[in-house]
Amino acid sequence: MSETTKKIQQGLKKRYAREKRFRFFGLLSILISFTFLLVLLTTISSKGLPAFQQTYIKLDVLLDEDVLGVNKTSEHQALFAANYGKVIKNSLKTMFPNVKGRKQKRALKNLVSKSAAYDLRDEVIKNPDLLGTTRSFWFLAKDDIDMFMKGKIDRNVPEADRRIKDYQLLWIEQLMTEERLEKRFNTVLFSAGDSREPEQAGLKGAVMGSLFTMLVTFFLSFPIAVAAAAYLEEFAPQNNRWVDMIEININNLAAVPSIVFGLLGLAVYISFFGIPRSTPLIGGLVLALMSLPTIIIASRAAIKSVPSSIKEAAVGLGASPIQVLFQHTLPLAMPGILTGTIIGMAQALGETAPLLMIGMVAFVAEVPSGVMDPSTVMPVQIYLWSDSPERAFTERTSAAIMVLLGFLVLMNLFAIMLRKKFERHW
Amino acid sequence: MKRLSLLITMALVTGATTSSFAAGRTHIEIVGSSTVYPFSTVVAEIFGKKTTFKTPKVESTGSGGGFKLFCAGGGIDTPDITNSSRRIKKSEVEQCAANGVNAITEVHIGFDGITIANAKKAPDFKLTRRDIFLALVKEVPSKKDGELIANPYKTWQDVNSALPATKIEVLGPPPTSGTRDAFAELALEGGCKTFDWIKQLKTDSKAAKQAGDKAKATTLKNKYKTICHTVREDGAYIEAGENDNLIVQKLDKNPAALGIFGFSFLEQNSDKVKGAAIDGVAISFESIADGTYPISRPLYFYVKNDHVGKVPGIKEFIAEFTHDDAWGDDGYLTEKGLIPLEPAKRKAMATSAQGLALLKLDAE
Repeated sequence: MSETTKKIQQGLKKRYAREKRFRFFGLLSILISFTFLLVLLTTISSKGLPAFQQTYIKLDVLLDEDVLGVNKTSEHQALFAANYGKVIKNSLKTMFPNVKGRKQKRALKNLVSKSAAYDLRDEVIKNPDLLGTTRSFWFLAKDDIDMFMKGKIDRNVPEADRRIKDYQLLWIEQLMTEERLEKRFNTVLFSAGDSREPEQAGLKGAVMGSLFTMLVTFFLSFPIAVAAAAYLEEFAPQNNRWVDMIEININNLAAVPSIVFGLLGLAVYISFFGIPRSTPLIGGLVLALMSLPTIIIASRAAIKSVPSSIKEAAVGLGASPIQVLFQHTLPLAMPGILTGTIIGMAQALGETAPLLMIGMVAFVAEVPSGVMDPSTVMPVQIYLWSDSPERAFTERTSAAIMVLLGFLVLMNLFAIMLRKKFERHW
Repeated sequence: MKRLSLLITMALVTGATTSSFAAGRTHIEIVGSSTVYPFSTVVAEIFGKKTTFKTPKVESTGSGGGFKLFCAGGGIDTPDITNSSRRIKKSEVEQCAANGVNAITEVHIGFDGITIANAKKAPDFKLTRRDIFLALVKEVPSKKDGELIANPYKTWQDVNSALPATKIEVLGPPPTSGTRDAFAELALEGGCKTFDWIKQLKTDSKAAKQAGDKAKATTLKNKYKTICHTVREDGAYIEAGENDNLIVQKLDKNPAALGIFGFSFLEQNSDKVKGAAIDGVAISFESIADGTYPISRPLYFYVKNDHVGKVPGIKEFIAEFTHDDAWGDDGYLTEKGLIPLEPAKRKAMATSAQGLALLKLDAE
């Protein structure tokens, strides 16, 4: 073996070792990020999964016309205003006749959610013939009862420190033997707006708010961003100082902290134009500002990647610049533009900071039905729930995070699908 | 060209919609204190369910932020009600008046207690406000009057020999929080005032103000505030964010630490944490209500009278809030942790609130 080969072979060992090390570190970093993701997902889903179930209590309610002060022929208004809480209380009293003392009576009333009376009211208004009869209804259980049923309240803790007292335990046991307690899929979580009572709180208001906000954002930022990108790429004079300035500014804007856009929205849209606070309109306007630079940058890259041979061929056949743009460049660049748009929208969907300034961090119980109704968005809802003292909100916070993550995954999947569908190879 | 016309259309659309915005609002808008927020939202929700009015929108902006929005003008685009965890200041009333908001109704709804709690499994804590002040401020008075030294205390025992020898570690809200303001004002300042020479600063400041020496009064007052309200930054006081749930979780994991948060969180988590006795008084519903527990503050909301009749439901909302079903001893607000007023005061307050009695500040 010659000296050179020896040297090479010695060096070879080192080079192999180096490559191995590099591969090992690469694998390690993937493993680390994967572990983080796994830990995050498991903690969130282990905390959040119980929230998809909710305890219900069956009560036999005598809809006594005397207690309610209404009858089958009563007007809607009288039916609406009647004291349904009283008949529910009476039903509980007949089931547990031995309850004494103010504290216990109050606890008894709190077996079922406060919404029970309003649910009953809606049933009666729908069907006034129920009046005077005894019917069984399934009502939402109060959050404490629900937490106990899910094992979140330990019965071995001394009574004084437990939110469910011994007498309540007896009631729950009786209800269980009579099969009046049932855990069901939590439909309220998806069909109701926000509430301060955990068992009545739902995400629909936030989901609709997010949807309207995203619609405003999309219809504002997409056309403007694509037009700006197309102009900058195809029509703007090259090596012009003004064009360079604009380019630098757009790139800088993409890195501006989102709260700055909130302040801008407050100063311009609310103070100057007088657009009402807390509406999807103002939220969409602010988030459109935020996602514009992202979409412009992505669109420019997509437009740039369309081969010039295609454009030149079109020009050669007599197409005007506008025809080239709309008939060739944009359709070919569309997958890239749409991917960029969806990434920008996904970013906007998860944003809370700018919304803080424009009043979207608010308690809004009603589900918004348009862009001018007060509303919140999903990340704000998560923030508000995580800040609530009631323990049942902890699991609902995690459930809301799961729903938000679900939407983000769906949006990204959609982006991938679009790209796959429209992608062209040349 | 396309972009230009787009811009023009956009401007036109915005212009056209702006004029229609102010036309009318069918829901009540409430802003203000994050401490009153949990109570205000509960009333808003029940009000929305019980009546045919829309559910009011409640924003948590902090007391000061609430007054700023509330006093910005009398137009329908400003809030109708603002919540506050302190009484409205004279300067805020003046600000309101300058913007044409003259008729305001004040409603005192009850009290809120601030607790200093630790984990259930840890030993009980008995603190005085002086202990709290000495343990948590940046500079403490030395033995010589008028002199301050950087806070040397490392353990609770250093502060007061009756306390355990555990490291001082307190989780509390950041300066932006209303709870922090109230804590500084009631607990820290309460302990601060037990030093005669510091108390003298405030008295001197008031005397200077009366003598007409405004500059001196401000300097003295600022000095007093700096001594009493500046929290140490060497790691003994840990800003745990606005999230009180997080503080409770951390206390549960770290039995040596103490945490500062509102009474409602203590009530909800009584299986995990317990409140320290302050100046010999244990925190409880009763001790806050009768005023013996020293770290408690009044809660208010303020109504813009001009909006009554313009925005539907304001009067009915006040009636719901001031009904005994809500703020009474057995009301749903006490379930959420509100400490109610005494029955007689409550009755008087309900009458004045429902009659939209005008706010009058006593001359200070």
